[in-house]
Amino acid sequence: MGQANYDLLVIGAGPAGYKAASHASSLGMKVACVERSKLGGTCLNVGCIPSKALLESSERYREAFGTLDSHGIKLGSVELDLGTMMDRKEQIVHTMEGGIRALFKNRMVDHISGSARLAGEGSVVIASAEGETLLRASNILIATGSTPIQLPALPFDGHRIISSTEALSLEHVPQRMAVIGGGAIGLELGSVWNRLGAEVLVIEFLDHLLPDMDLEMSDQLQRLLRRQGLSFRLGTRATGAEITDEGVHLQLSDEEEESVETCDIVLVAVGRRAVTETLGLEGIGVTLDGKGRVNVDDRFRTNIDGIYAIGDVTAGPMLAHKAEEEGVAAVECMAGRPGHVNYAAIPSVVYTFPELAAVGLAEEEARRQELDYRVGKYPFRANARAHCMGEIDGLVKILAEVRNDRLLGVHILGTQASHLIAEAVSVIEFGGSAEDIARTIHAHPTLSEVIKEAAWTLVP
Amino acid sequence: MAIEVTIPNLGESISEVTLIEWLKAPGDYVERDEPICVLETDKANVELPSPAAGIIQPLRKSEETLSIGDVIAQLNEGTPTQPAAEVNTSASNTTLAQDPGPAKEAEPSTTTSSEISSTPTADLSEPQLSPAVRRLLDEHNVDPAAIKGSGKDGRPTKGDVIEFVEAQRTAAAQFPSISTPSKLSADQPEPPTSNTGGHGLRRVAMTRIRQRIAERLVTAQQTAAMLSTFNEVDLSAIIELRRRHKERFAEVHAVTLGFMSFFCRATVLALREFADLNASIDGTDIVYHDFVHLGIAVSTERGLLVPVLRHADTLSMAEIETEIKRLATGARDNKLTLDDLSGGTFTITNGGVFGSLLSTPILNPPQSGILGMHTIKDRPIAVDGEVVVRPMMYVALSYDHRLIDGQTSVTFLLRLKELLEDPARLMLEI
Repeated sequence: MGQANYDLLVIGAGPAGYKAASHASSLGMKVACVERSKLGGTCLNVGCIPSKALLESSERYREAFGTLDSHGIKLGSVELDLGTMMDRKEQIVHTMEGGIRALFKNRMVDHISGSARLAGEGSVVIASAEGETLLRASNILIATGSTPIQLPALPFDGHRIISSTEALSLEHVPQRMAVIGGGAIGLELGSVWNRLGAEVLVIEFLDHLLPDMDLEMSDQLQRLLRRQGLSFRLGTRATGAEITDEGVHLQLSDEEEESVETCDIVLVAVGRRAVTETLGLEGIGVTLDGKGRVNVDDRFRTNIDGIYAIGDVTAGPMLAHKAEEEGVAAVECMAGRPGHVNYAAIPSVVYTFPELAAVGLAEEEARRQELDYRVGKYPFRANARAHCMGEIDGLVKILAEVRNDRLLGVHILGTQASHLIAEAVSVIEFGGSAEDIARTIHAHPTLSEVIKEAAWTLVP
Repeated sequence: MAIEVTIPNLGESISEVTLIEWLKAPGDYVERDEPICVLETDKANVELPSPAAGIIQPLRKSEETLSIGDVIAQLNEGTPTQPAAEVNTSASNTTLAQDPGPAKEAEPSTTTSSEISSTPTADLSEPQLSPAVRRLLDEHNVDPAAIKGSGKDGRPTKGDVIEFVEAQRTAAAQFPSISTPSKLSADQPEPPTSNTGGHGLRRVAMTRIRQRIAERLVTAQQTAAMLSTFNEVDLSAIIELRRRHKERFAEVHAVTLGFMSFFCRATVLALREFADLNASIDGTDIVYHDFVHLGIAVSTERGLLVPVLRHADTLSMAEIETEIKRLATGARDNKLTLDDLSGGTFTITNGGVFGSLLSTPILNPPQSGILGMHTIKDRPIAVDGEVVVRPMMYVALSYDHRLIDGQTSVTFLLRLKELLEDPARLMLEI
C-alpha cells in the first residue's frame, strides 16, 4: 500500500460516523468522513430530530385544544399552520447540521461529499459529480446506516405509500392515515398526525405493539393511545393496496377474514435494513449476516483487516445512542485502547405521549432466562408533581433479582420517561440494586420520585 | 490523617491496665478489629482490636502500666502495599487530651509533614459505596475492605455483601475470644472459601479467633499437668426435692429450680474446703481467691462460651438460677459483656444436656480445676447389699497436678458427692 492519505476514513456521517470521526481526530488521527447525502445521516435529517420536533409541536397543538382549558386558559380559535410547523422543524435540522459542520471544522475532519466504494486493501474510491477519487487509509470505518424496509406488496411511491422520510414532511394533514407497523416509528408518526387531526389506524402483524418492549407496558401504552384517538388492528397483515384517485384501498388479512380499509395515505414502518449495496463489499470479501448486516466482532472488526463497521449497518438495536457509543468504542479499539459498549445498559424510548422508556430486561425476557425476579410498581397517579403537570397517566415498573436485589430492568411509561430513564441506566451500569435507588434522595416534588417509590416496594 | 489508639473502657472497676505485649510491629498494616496488643487487667488478659485499618505506630512499651484513655499507638493511612510517608511520632500525640472511650481522629496539622494518600483502588471509603451496600455493611458489621467487588471499577454491589455475609455464617463457627464480643470482620486474612480440590475435600481457613482458642487449649495442656478423676452421684434425693418443691420455688422466685443451683452450691462449698482448686498458678506464685467466680459453660451456635457467675459463693439458690438464666440468654443472643466473660476461678461444664455419659473436661486456663457433670441415667447399684435402681450421674474433675495433688482432687469429688446425695448438707454447710 502506498502512502496513506488518512489514518481513518469514515463512510457515513450519521451519528455513528460523525461521532467516530470527531473522536478519532481528538485522539490525534488524521480523519476523513465521506457522506453521499447530508451530514447527520438519518437521525438528523429524516429520523430522530425532525420527528421529535414534530412530536413537540403537535403535542402543543393538542394541548391547545384540550388541556389548557383546565388550567383556566381560555383560547379563542386555534388554527394549525402546518407550513410554519414544518419550517420550524427544518430550521432545527439546519441548525444541528451546522453544528456538525462546525465540529468537523474544529476537529479538522475532512468532510468529503460523495459515494464511497471499497477498492482493495486500505483503498476507497469516492464517486461524486466531479468524478472519481482514490483515497488510502490505514483504517476504514463503515457507518452507512439503514433505510426503511419496503414491503413487496406495497412498494413506496413517495406519495400514497410512504416511508417515515415522507411522513415527516407532508404538506397537508391527511384525513385518514394507515400506519403499517406497530413499532416506535409507526406509533410516533401516527401520533403526530393523529394530534394534527388525522384519523389514524395502526396495523400490526403481531398481536401486540412494540415487540421489543415489556408487554405489560406496551399494552398500557396502547390503551392510552386508543384514548387519544388512534385505532388498532393487531394480528393483521397488509397484503396489498389498490391506489385510486380517492385514495388507497388497503387489503388487510387477519386470522379470520380479509378486509379493506380506505385511507388517503399509507405509512409503511415495518422496520429498517442495513445499507450496504454500493460499498462493493462482495468484491473485498466483507461478510454479511443473514439479515444483510455487516459481521463484526466485539472490537467492531469485520473479517477484513483494517475494515470496521458500526451503527445501524451492524446487528443490534437501531438506536442513535448505540451507534454513537460504538463509534467512540471502535475508534478507541483502533487506537489500541480498550473500547467497550455495555449492550445491557442501552435505554430504548418510544416518544409517544406519554413516553415509554426502558432499560434492561422486559419481564418476558426475565422469564425466558428463568431468572428469579420480583416486580415493584408505582403509578404516576400517586405523584404530586404529575398532578401539578396534569399528566397522571403511566407507571414505573422495576424488575430486581431475588437473590441479590440486582436491578434487571426498569420500565417507565409517563411524561418525561425518556429523561427519567437515565437514572436507571446509571444504576444498572454500576451494578446497583433496587434498594440503592430506594435509599437515594430524589428531589420533591418531581417525577423522579415515582421511580424511588417503585423501588421502595421492593425493599422488605 | 492519623488516628489515635487509646485504652478503651474495659469494664467497671478497671482503671489501670498493663500492656503485656504488642502483637504488631511498628509499620505493620492492620485491618480494622485486628488485635494489636494484649492488655492485662486485674480480671483477665484482653486483646485490643484496632479501631480502623492502617499502618500502626506503637507509642508505649510493653510492661508499661496505663490508664483508661491513654494513647498507646497511632494509625496512619496506608495500604498493605503502599504505606504512607513516615510520620512524626514523637509528636504532640501525648499532649492531646485523654478522652475515655474509643480512639478519635487526630488533628492533621499537628502530625503530618507530607502524606501520600492511599491508592484509589484499595481505599473503599464510605462515599464510594452505594446506599444499600453501606446499610448492609453497617447492619452486619462488615469491613468493606473484606469484600471482593463485582460492580463497576470493582465496587461492591449489594449482592456481593449478601454473599459475603452468608459465606461468613456457613464458615467455621465464630469463637469469640474471652476479651471482646465477636464481630463479623476482616478478622481473617481471607474470607473462608470452600476449595474442594476435586477430591471430595473441603478446605476452610480457620478464623483468627478459632486459631487463638486452639493455641490456648494446646498451651493449657502443655503447661498444666492435667489429669482427670471420676466419681458417681446418686441424684435421687435432689430429684425428690425438686419434685416436692419446684412449683412453689417457681412461684416465689419466678425462676425454675434446675439442677445447676444444686451443683453450684455443692461446688462452692467443696471449694471452700479445698481452696487449691479455686487457685491458679501465676509464674512461680500461687494465687488464692477469697471468692468463687464460677464459670458456667454454655453452648451457643457460635461455639462454647463460658460466662462467669460472679461471687457464686454468696448467691442463694434462686439467685444462682436467675443469674445463670441471664448469662445463658445473653450468651445465645451475643449480648455478654467483658465482665460477664472474664475472671472465672473455677468452671462447671455440663455435657449431660447432650447425653454425655462420661468425659474428661479440659481446663480453662489459668484455672486449676474444672468439674464436668454428665447425663443422669437410671442404673442398678448396690445399696446395703441390695440391688436398687437409682438415677446416677458420673462426675469428672480435671485438675492441674502441678498445684492439686491426688488426695485433694479425689476428696473434693467425694465431698461433692456427699453434698449432692444428701442435700440437707448444702443447707447446713457440712
